[in-house]
Amino acid sequence: MAEIHLTPRHIPDRLEGRGARLLKSWESLLLVVACLIFLGNSLASPYFLDPWNLSDATFNFTEKAMIAFAMALVIIAGEIDLSVASIIALASTAMGYAVQLGFDTPALVAIGLSVGLICGAINGLLITGLGLPSIVVTIGTMSLFRGLSFIILGDQAFTGYPDSFSWFGQGYVWWVFSFEFTLFVALAVVYGVVLHRTNFGRAVYAIGNNQTAALFSGIRVARVKFVLFLLTGLMAGLASICLTSRLGSTRPSIALGWELEVVTMVVLGGVNILGGSGTIPGVVLAALIMGMVTFGFGLLNVPGIVMSIFIGLLLISVIALPILWRRARQRLAH
Amino acid sequence: MSKFLKNRELLLVAAIAVLLALITLRFPAFVAPSNLARVYNDTSILIILALGQMAVILTRCIDLSMAANLALSGMVAAMLNAAFPGLPIPLVILVAMALGTLLGMINGALVWKLDIPPIVVTLGTLTIYRGMIFLLSDGKWINAHQMSDAFKALPRDALLGFPVLSWLSLLMIGLVFLLMSRTALGRAFYAVGGNPHAAVYTGIDVGRTRFFAYCLSGALAGLSGYLWVSRYAVAYVDIAAGFELDIIAACVIGGISIAGGIGTVAGAVLGALFLGVIKNALPVINISPFAQMAISGMVIIIAVAVNARAERRKGRVILRKAEAV
Repeated sequence: MAEIHLTPRHIPDRLEGRGARLLKSWESLLLVVACLIFLGNSLASPYFLDPWNLSDATFNFTEKAMIAFAMALVIIAGEIDLSVASIIALASTAMGYAVQLGFDTPALVAIGLSVGLICGAINGLLITGLGLPSIVVTIGTMSLFRGLSFIILGDQAFTGYPDSFSWFGQGYVWWVFSFEFTLFVALAVVYGVVLHRTNFGRAVYAIGNNQTAALFSGIRVARVKFVLFLLTGLMAGLASICLTSRLGSTRPSIALGWELEVVTMVVLGGVNILGGSGTIPGVVLAALIMGMVTFGFGLLNVPGIVMSIFIGLLLISVIALPILWRRARQRLAH
Repeated sequence: MSKFLKNRELLLVAAIAVLLALITLRFPAFVAPSNLARVYNDTSILIILALGQMAVILTRCIDLSMAANLALSGMVAAMLNAAFPGLPIPLVILVAMALGTLLGMINGALVWKLDIPPIVVTLGTLTIYRGMIFLLSDGKWINAHQMSDAFKALPRDALLGFPVLSWLSLLMIGLVFLLMSRTALGRAFYAVGGNPHAAVYTGIDVGRTRFFAYCLSGALAGLSGYLWVSRYAVAYVDIAAGFELDIIAACVIGGISIAGGIGTVAGAVLGALFLGVIKNALPVINISPFAQMAISGMVIIIAVAVNARAERRKGRVILRKAEAV
């Protein structure tokens, strides 16, 4: 008769302490990487550590990061929004059109934000109202929104934004802290609180982990999702204001391909692309890392497309490494 | 009648017919057989790509890197031809297809062996493949005068009155149709997408099936790479940029469910043709070509809404007899 081996199972009588968990988290790994890149950059280029240079570097990521915060919530809830870059283009086109009609800065801001909200509402209605998969809907609206800017603009460009409008993308709040960077910090705090300290944030996690269970525990799933798509739309409108103000002109190809960079930022920040987990501090760190890498490469005269190879590799390897690591540990344990 | 409404392919044929009728009202010459053949030829590359994307989507995956794969394979084919003009063209095509397959295998292996979500994998390889074109070509263009005449002529050569490009796409439709309907692998694509857990219990390796789907989409992207570069007689970093969305659009319009397991070869072909007719009709009826993007966006949204209604089931009847009692 064959002997039966019972493998002992260790069930810990308590979870690891807070400090140990924090130390092993994805965020602390990101923090180490960020510090290493910072160190590497300052060794590689003597111009990197200048406060004004660092301030310039923040423009690389602030606009994308604004959208990334809202995108993080959408992805945690198990959906995705690929239309954000096209919303930027449409909002920017609408603002450019308003300039031709003689509107001034406050009206332009209102127009940019409301176009973002309307686009977000369209996405939200199609996804929650008709129950369509968000990836297809937002691929469709991605074509639609940018297509509308192409219809309005063709191969032309809108310029002639009022001087006061340029403050959003080029102005400084205090010393080297630009308006965009200040906004980025403020939004990080707001989104961090909303996701980690409110009922709404808990609902977002619950929906991402098990939508049906969330529904049965009394969460208005459709409403929460609708609000999330409104938020990404609003953030895209806000980013559009900043970007248009910084560039001072609008072409229909503005922010082309940004949706991929925003998703990369969110995934690099440790948000599970399948939904259910992720944190805002992670996304903040990912934004800093991506911004510093692109800026550092820029100082070293590396062309933009080579940077994109690096971003692509980064995206795949940050997801692959934890999986490989887990497998290696399992193999060692046996 | 209700049966007709449920048949997506027939519905799509009707939609294309209505579209053609509307165009004919403004511009009768559009439906002349010679012009329709030209429209088909112009859509050939999209059809070939949609076939590959269909296999991937059937297995509940997605391939966003197809256009980048096309551009990289096309660039390598063009550089090969520029460096060795004497190389026989079938060999160049073979190299392009082999490279395309290799790039598809990378996608497939990452999905299969590492369990990374397909959208993330292909989002990453999309930027990597595009970047590699830049590294290879140093950002330079390969222009018409650098390509040999045979290289440029092949897709245009007439065979029985139609260009080789059209014949090639017909051949691919036939081959993929046979693969889907007559082979175990084709059945496995549907089984994996329909219910991955059930597929495992019937002895299908889900990861391996997905891997083969990516190989197929890669090979077809490689072939399209040669066809694209030789047809337009130019190769540079940004060829077919954003075309991955057109390919997915063709599939979605053709009734291929993004949730996997549902879709036919006929649907993919008709979806591509629908987009092709719109693209070719716009300049004819005096609508700015800039409107094309917005129109395909609208069409995608409408198509996915229509398809979702057809797919929504009331709950499955497992025991038909018990239900009847």
